[in-house]
Amino acid sequence: MGEMVNIKIDGKSFTVPEGQNLVAAAKNNGIFIPSLCYFEHIDPPLGTCRTCTCKTDGKFQPACTMEVYDGLTVEVNTPELLDMRKSLVEMMFSEGNHFCPSCEKSGNCDLQHMAYELGIRVTRFEHLFKDRLIDYRPERIIMEHNRCIKCKRCVEDVLTDDGKKVFTYQGRGNETFVGIDYQEEKKLTEEQAIAAMELCPTGAIIVRGVSMAQPFGEREFDIHSEQKNFSRRFPKSNKPAGMEKKVLATASLAGCFGCHMSMLDIDTELLDLVELITFNKSPLTDIKKFTGRCHIGLIEGGCCNAENIETLKEFRNMCDILVSVGECAVWGGLPAMRNTIPLSECLEEAYLNCATSEQGANLVPYHEDLPKLLDKIYPCHEIVKIDHFIPGCPPSASHIWKSVKHLLWGEEYSILYSEFKYD
Amino acid sequence: MKELFHLEPARSSLLNRLWELQHQHGFISDHDITQIAAELQISSVEVEGVVSFYHFFHRQPSGKYTIYLDDSIIAGYKGYHRILEAFERETGTTLGSVDRTGTFGLFRTPCIGLSDQSPAALINFRPFTQLNVIKVKDIIQQLRSGADIDQLYQLPPSNVCNTPYSAMNIFFRSYTPGSAVRELAKCQPDDVIRFLRETNLSGRGGAFYPTWKKWEACRSYQADHKFIVCNADEGEPGTFKDRVLLQDLPGLLIEGMIISAFAVGAQYGIIYLRGEYGWLQDQIQKTIDDFNELGLLGSNISGIKGFNFQVRIQLGAGAYVCGEETAMLESMEGHRDEPRTKWFYPVEKGYLQYPTIVNNVETLCAAARIVELGVAEYNKAGLPGSPGTKLISVSGDCNKPGVYELPWGITVAELLELCNAVDPNFIQVSGPSGECISISEKFRRISMLDLLGKPDLRCGGSFMIFNKDREIIDILLNFASFFKQESCGICTPCRSGNFIIERKLEKLKNKLARQVDIDDIVNWGHIIRSTSRCGLGKTSCNSLVMAMQKFGGYFDTLIDKKENGQIAGFNMDEALADYEQYKS
Ligand SMILES: Cc1cc2nc3c(=O)[nH]c(=O)nc-3n(C[C@H](O)[C@H](O)[C@H](O)COP(=O)(O)O)c2cc1C
Ligand code: SF4
Ligand code: SF4
Ligand code: SF4
Ligand code: FES
Repeated sequence: MGEMVNIKIDGKSFTVPEGQNLVAAAKNNGIFIPSLCYFEHIDPPLGTCRTCTCKTDGKFQPACTMEVYDGLTVEVNTPELLDMRKSLVEMMFSEGNHFCPSCEKSGNCDLQHMAYELGIRVTRFEHLFKDRLIDYRPERIIMEHNRCIKCKRCVEDVLTDDGKKVFTYQGRGNETFVGIDYQEEKKLTEEQAIAAMELCPTGAIIVRGVSMAQPFGEREFDIHSEQKNFSRRFPKSNKPAGMEKKVLATASLAGCFGCHMSMLDIDTELLDLVELITFNKSPLTDIKKFTGRCHIGLIEGGCCNAENIETLKEFRNMCDILVSVGECAVWGGLPAMRNTIPLSECLEEAYLNCATSEQGANLVPYHEDLPKLLDKIYPCHEIVKIDHFIPGCPPSASHIWKSVKHLLWGEEYSILYSEFKYD
Repeated sequence: MKELFHLEPARSSLLNRLWELQHQHGFISDHDITQIAAELQISSVEVEGVVSFYHFFHRQPSGKYTIYLDDSIIAGYKGYHRILEAFERETGTTLGSVDRTGTFGLFRTPCIGLSDQSPAALINFRPFTQLNVIKVKDIIQQLRSGADIDQLYQLPPSNVCNTPYSAMNIFFRSYTPGSAVRELAKCQPDDVIRFLRETNLSGRGGAFYPTWKKWEACRSYQADHKFIVCNADEGEPGTFKDRVLLQDLPGLLIEGMIISAFAVGAQYGIIYLRGEYGWLQDQIQKTIDDFNELGLLGSNISGIKGFNFQVRIQLGAGAYVCGEETAMLESMEGHRDEPRTKWFYPVEKGYLQYPTIVNNVETLCAAARIVELGVAEYNKAGLPGSPGTKLISVSGDCNKPGVYELPWGITVAELLELCNAVDPNFIQVSGPSGECISISEKFRRISMLDLLGKPDLRCGGSFMIFNKDREIIDILLNFASFFKQESCGICTPCRSGNFIIERKLEKLKNKLARQVDIDDIVNWGHIIRSTSRCGLGKTSCNSLVMAMQKFGGYFDTLIDKKENGQIAGFNMDEALADYEQYKS
């Protein structure tokens, strides 16, 4: 270092010390290059998270492993790069299990911060459902593997007084996780453990007894929402003139009607609702046949028979937006328990071999008026294209209503801790 | 097991220690780990981290006989499933477990470098090839009745397919130990580097980096010690050319290393041999011993004052990413083989931070031949700008799988003709990380001239041929699973991205996908490629994206092309078939 050199970032020229780390050089000049694993004093840099990827002299490179040199041209904020960074952070979310409302680090988390910074609402990737553990064995800490993004900071930087590693990766590929040496972990002082927690960019390392002032459910954002009167956004009195009523249809396929009950749970606000929407085909109104196109169709339950399939396909044809509501529609739910058993076994157990059936005189019902059973339960999206999913068993009324309002009128929404019905 | 060099720290012996334990007990116990950790004065979890990286190391007993079945796509089409079933039946195990008596352990492993003799398996790291159900039954029965495993297998034939061009062979011509090294007495290190430049020799490990540049760079660094590492990890599925060189011409390889040492001023050489090729180790070691006796290794080699060079073998333990040069260095140092950042190149700071050359087996053999034959003779074969010959491992749907030595410039069509390919449709060139071509591209030449913008095809060393009955999606899915499992897991796009891609392909295979899913694959492939840390992630989606573009018509049959919101994979008749049997 010493010499000053000229570099260009997004078209602007800057003079920076030669050999300086690009992330630092940019930061000193007011340009933020997102980074999750970069830690100034770790040398050489880790280069694991890749969120700092920029284009340097036309090549994709992580900025944190670049030393600036004279004439270097860097692109930081092109639409392509912004999207790439966003997708990398989304990958971390789809691979882990980040449930911020119940996370000790929430509000103080680099990953969460980065997600906000990049404008992430949902990930473009399906959730990967990695089976990960929460490790309670260490003495000072708890390791919540679901939240680890494998930045490698703890591996490199958490050492005992005699220089031994406390953390090291185990396994490889998507099975990689941070292993803990329980013997060495014991030797960490309280301060060292807290330092480890603070060094972790996520809420993966939690020190027992010191991480949270307020228990879950009692924190500010558990209790209060910006949307206090969420269902009264369009009160009768000042409904915007000429606002079109939206048309809604619902169906219950292989479900228990629980999701429909949940829809009704919005209680008195139903009265407001009829000002805003009209029903088409739906068991709620007992309208049996479609009479026209609908803006939105809500489907409860998966498909267990040919009639379900027909109904679902009809909904697809008639609705602009189709939503799977509840676990049964989303992945099959309770009825899908029979998917592990051949259909013939189910039927024979029910109609031929069961204790209450009459000896010899038994038949498996088959009649042209009866819907034909499918070999297994199919979630709705395996039959037709589903645009959105509302999980929960059943999803709470306000969850459904907020989602529907969002889909129909683009209204922003957030869901309170108490409104989740996922567990 | 050969001793380490005196300057290597104890930690470099970690892999060898673990191998010893694995061989002795069939697994590595907690006690072993604590003990090794204490000896090396590192924490146990660090040792565990290394053990868990390699799939040939087990933490639970892996059976008196440990069977590894090759699950590459080539094996898949040659009867993998039948063989698997036969092994399960005969041994009483299920895949991934050990039978109740602890006699047999059955596991799968990616390509073991025997795709020309597929289906194949390793049993206690000895190769068993061309398996069929009867053979499996026989092998297991014999083992049960106490037969000596060494009596049950033969070394696989090297399967070099002679070509009409054999007059111009570079590699597979007669070989006399020392004929290249003796030429060194007549030249200077700079001459050697010049020879390489004049023959355009470039890295045969797949990256085609000019070898002379690498050697010259390494030569320019001053250091007390330098290393030559031979990359004999050959992990790319469908590639087995290095196996044949190691088997037939180990001496030529060692001469290549000696020449490299001469050129850059190195004193130590290490052959990093993949664990799957453990059965070649004794033979290579014997060649090293012979060379020592002949004065071709050791001190004042070939009478050159002060030219001292020694070679040892390091056995890998099953991890594709070890083939990445910096990961290999990590592995040799007794760390988890996570590729390094490109903060330093190995030529500057490599093994133990000393300047290090890492070259592929074929590159080193070619270097030896160049010095032996001279530039003019070498350049007679091949094309101007792409001289010499190339070894290509051919496997899949053809009648003559094996290793072909071909002059650069041959066309795909000619190669298909030579190997007697049957109805070829989809060809995977240079392994899963390479590129795929369709038969309509058969008139492309195979050469290095693509670097000059010609439409030629650069081939790293393998050619997997698939006929028109093969489902392309199955091939791609096999590759995707391979990358998912073999990713070192250290960087986000590769660890998580390859998993996401595999899920998408499963969706496509099950016909649950739509056009947007195909677009996603192409876009995400670009993201993974652009942001990954090492070559594994940078190449894992190459063929996939190419296939989407080249075989669009095929993929259209897997999706809901009409975009009417119906999912293509659902078939009402099939879904109702079970119930229809109750129709009276
Ligand atoms: C994931 C990965 C696997 C690799 N595997 C091998 C291999 O098995 N054999 C090999 O020679 N090179 C392999 N390479 C290339 C090496 O990193 C390196 O470029 C090569 O050994 C250099 O030698 P060369 O210049 O002679 O080709 C691999 C690279 C990557 C990224
Ligand atoms: S680690 Fe961060 S992103 Fe993950 S759940 Fe906790 S606060 Fe949210
Ligand atoms: S535990 Fe935290 S610091 Fe360690 S690798 Fe995971 S995210 Fe990084
Ligand atoms: S690209 Fe894959 S193999 Fe390479 S460093 Fe990243 S995770 Fe490891
Ligand atoms: S900050 Fe650069 S790779 Fe993580």
